[in-house]
Amino acid sequence: MKFTKLLATAAVALGLATSAFAQDKTKVGFVYVGPVGDGGWTYEHNKARLAVEAEFGDKVETTFVESVPEGADAERVMTQMALQGADLIFTTSFGYMDPTINVAKKFPDVKFEHATGYKTAENVSVYSARFYEGRAIQGHIAGKMTESNVIGYIGSFPIPEVIRGMNSAFIHARKANPDVQFKIVWAYTWFDPAKEADAAKVLIEQGADVILQHTDSTAPLAAAAAAGNIIGFGQASDMAEFADGPRVSSIIDDWAPYYIARVKAVMDGTWETKSTWDGIGAGMVGIGEITDRVPADVKAEALALKDALASGEYHAFTGPINKQDGSAWLAEGEVADDGTLAGMNFFVEGIEGDIPQ
Amino acid sequence: MDLSAINPALLLASLLVAATPILLAGIGELVVERAGVLNLGVEGMMITGAICGFMATIVTGSPVFGFVFAAIGGATLAFLFALLTQYALANQVASGLALTLFGLGLSSLLGQDYVGLKPPSTPKLDIPFLSDLPFIGTVLFNHDIIVYLGIALVALVWAALKYSRIGLILRAVGENHDAAHALGYKVVRIRVLAIMFGGACAGLGGAYISLIRVPQWTEGMTAGAGWIALALVVFASWKPWRVLLGAWLFGGVTVLQLNLQAAGVAIPVEFLSMSPYIITIVVLVIMSADKSRAPASLGRIFHASS
Amino acid sequence: MLKLEKRPQPSQTFAYLTPIFAIIITMIAGGLLFMLLGKNPFEAIRTIFWDPLFGEFAFYYRPQLLVKGGPLILIAIGLSLGFRAGIWNIGAEGQYIIGAICGAGVGLAFYPMEAWFIFPLMIIAGALGGWAWAMIPALLKVKFQTNEILVSLMLVYVAEQLLASMSLGLLKNPEGHGFPGSRNLKDYSSAFNDEIITGSGMHWGVITAFIAVIFAYILLNRHMLGFSIRLTGEAPRAAKFSSVNPTRLILFCLGMSGALAGLAGLFEVSGPAGQISIDFNTGYGFTAIIVAFLGRLHPIGILFAGLLMALTYIGGEIAQANLGLPAAAIQLFQGMLLFFLLAVDLLTNYRIKRVRKETV
Repeated sequence: MKFTKLLATAAVALGLATSAFAQDKTKVGFVYVGPVGDGGWTYEHNKARLAVEAEFGDKVETTFVESVPEGADAERVMTQMALQGADLIFTTSFGYMDPTINVAKKFPDVKFEHATGYKTAENVSVYSARFYEGRAIQGHIAGKMTESNVIGYIGSFPIPEVIRGMNSAFIHARKANPDVQFKIVWAYTWFDPAKEADAAKVLIEQGADVILQHTDSTAPLAAAAAAGNIIGFGQASDMAEFADGPRVSSIIDDWAPYYIARVKAVMDGTWETKSTWDGIGAGMVGIGEITDRVPADVKAEALALKDALASGEYHAFTGPINKQDGSAWLAEGEVADDGTLAGMNFFVEGIEGDIPQ
Repeated sequence: MDLSAINPALLLASLLVAATPILLAGIGELVVERAGVLNLGVEGMMITGAICGFMATIVTGSPVFGFVFAAIGGATLAFLFALLTQYALANQVASGLALTLFGLGLSSLLGQDYVGLKPPSTPKLDIPFLSDLPFIGTVLFNHDIIVYLGIALVALVWAALKYSRIGLILRAVGENHDAAHALGYKVVRIRVLAIMFGGACAGLGGAYISLIRVPQWTEGMTAGAGWIALALVVFASWKPWRVLLGAWLFGGVTVLQLNLQAAGVAIPVEFLSMSPYIITIVVLVIMSADKSRAPASLGRIFHASS
Repeated sequence: MLKLEKRPQPSQTFAYLTPIFAIIITMIAGGLLFMLLGKNPFEAIRTIFWDPLFGEFAFYYRPQLLVKGGPLILIAIGLSLGFRAGIWNIGAEGQYIIGAICGAGVGLAFYPMEAWFIFPLMIIAGALGGWAWAMIPALLKVKFQTNEILVSLMLVYVAEQLLASMSLGLLKNPEGHGFPGSRNLKDYSSAFNDEIITGSGMHWGVITAFIAVIFAYILLNRHMLGFSIRLTGEAPRAAKFSSVNPTRLILFCLGMSGALAGLAGLFEVSGPAGQISIDFNTGYGFTAIIVAFLGRLHPIGILFAGLLMALTYIGGEIAQANLGLPAAAIQLFQGMLLFFLLAVDLLTNYRIKRVRKETV
């Protein structure tokens, strides 16, 4: 108890000290799980950090620590940022959930934003993106364009985020083409470009002519380019360098609008706890340019789907949808609730294979 | 489950590709260890090779330059290790681990501006007639030149160790450095050269990942391949051809487990994912009946006291 | 011309002086590196070495040194015993993972029961888990002469896959909305390895690390087994002719290092980390190898080496946040520190002599 008090007093003292000479500067900290050079998840968060700097210029000061392991190290880095007078801290990995809550308890005056988690507090908000909306568009394009009717899918780990994406892509691929089959390979790693390349190759060798990936490196696209007549999609970042080859579109993580809004809220004193789960409509999920390799009518359909998803007129999980075992999940016209989606741990009807447990 | 979806020719062809980076790094480390030096910094040298090769390729536009620079980069880092262990007589295990840490940091710093770039592709060697052969053509004659370079290097190292004078001296130094010194061989100089050769090979292996197998630059992209390469040398009981065998075995199981997954075989994925490592252990146990042992001076510090 | 001459006895003075030399050289070289990156070198060095110990927020960082250094020391002590005898366990990372899984598994099996015996049971399970994982290379070595370096290393990867599988399956928090990872043991007081004095950083793992240091010191200096270990490492031939039983030695060294690594994993998962998750392991098992050698395989040396490593980690994080130094620069800096520490050790065992070339 004594220690908590000591921390709090130190924070207050520092808060006073800093506000005395730098009253108008808002300090924002970012905790990253990977290196900023990973070209994917952390890279995009860092891009958004730079966008915050560009937006507010002198009025903001950002700091970041990269490659912070989840657990005790994360807690220390957050504490350290709070001690040094951060007003707002973004913690950008699911594994930072409990550390964020713990540190937030000790620093009631510092605001925390935790990505992809579900625990909130007085001074902790959570935010995440509805990437599955983008997956729906990918699924549609994939279903229309496949000739072998086999679509390969590279997953990292069987977690709700990945399973949700698979389901969304599958539902829309089947809608576009009832004969479509999914072949799924789990890489069981977050990051191993060579393994991702191997996985893509294996899927292509086994007849897939569309590769969807839920891993962040460009390795699968390169494998697709090498194999010839294969299409794929950018993941996390646009991967436009493959636009003249296999990449026909992409899902882009765009955290900038959200980060700018939240920093602004702290500056204005209007920040309050909320749970954000934004999709294409709010600009958190970007759809990269659809290339000319996609036939014009398919492109038009994809864009129409994007607009419908963006406006909220259509939900990617709209019934009738059955679970894999054939039991009913959503009735005709029924829309999935966010709770079920957030913790999704089942495949929809038609996907073959089991989710590893 | 549909095992017929697995095409054996393509599987074997992928195996050759998957095995190449660890093969290159492994054969280099074999030479180092035969000279009596244990360099655990393979991962660090590989990642440094990966970024040096990538940078050189982007700047010059030529993958050939890329591979040359990768070898130079790897050898330069290895030279640091040589300075430490051969001149400053530092402990080799710790120096090697420090080298890995150093290499990972260095490569990330160098590569900061190279994230998200796409290198020019390295052409496949299209051999007329041979490449078109059914099955054999797909398996053996449809690769980039580095795949063949890796195999050629194994043959070269084998021949050199077995038949050449250099090989004899190298082995003498590795088996008993005091005796080699007494015979008038420059133990330190030979070891430094061997270490640099090992670094160059590791660099090539790293560049194979960043330029051909993936190809892109991301921090830490070798993702443990260097450790596998180290394991290969032990696995091979310090015999060149067995490094090749081990690399194929490891690459083969890796590719096969992904194939089995895609074909929907009902084996839990986590068991498939750990299979390359378990099978390596099992094969090693079987092979331990072979009593060939490590070079006698492996890891020992040499100081010419006389 | 300079020439090296082996000292008959390692110099005591230099054994203490060289680490200080190394740190000074690292500061100079690191300063140059930071200058190259456009930072103020003095500020950077001060941030890494001084601020965590004596800076404004040292009250927070000093205990953190124990939290970060504790597992490193505990694992390194175990490893050093084997390394001294020429038994190479480089798979401590795997034993650390398995210890954590077993310990946390036992704790979670009792959830939500509150009882005094749960935590001791977890400690036993953690140690046994790590021990059992290390027994695989040990038994294979004893039975088939299989190389323990390779087997222990391969088992790290197997353990990592097991960890992923556990976080996604058996040990997954049933109230975690389907997300991977176990329940947080911090919310389960019977299983929580809390700080013994709040704010001190002292949890049971740190205490155990200190006990291990003392234990290893006594073992190596006062006990027959310690003598066997040293003899096997320093004079293998002599060991063969004396009464040293190599099988027993292999089983003891690997088992001990495995058990300590398992304990480190258990204390980490039940304390600072709190839960089993896919990325629970953060490389302590590998870093500990460096710590063991930095400490010259000597228990007291390892204690200091572990704390020094912890200092560079914590100082490095502060430098990242405050000065915008990339993590890669910190890694490079750590690499340099190790290089210099290893290089200057030369002076402990050798004397540099000026040799005048003979002129006729």
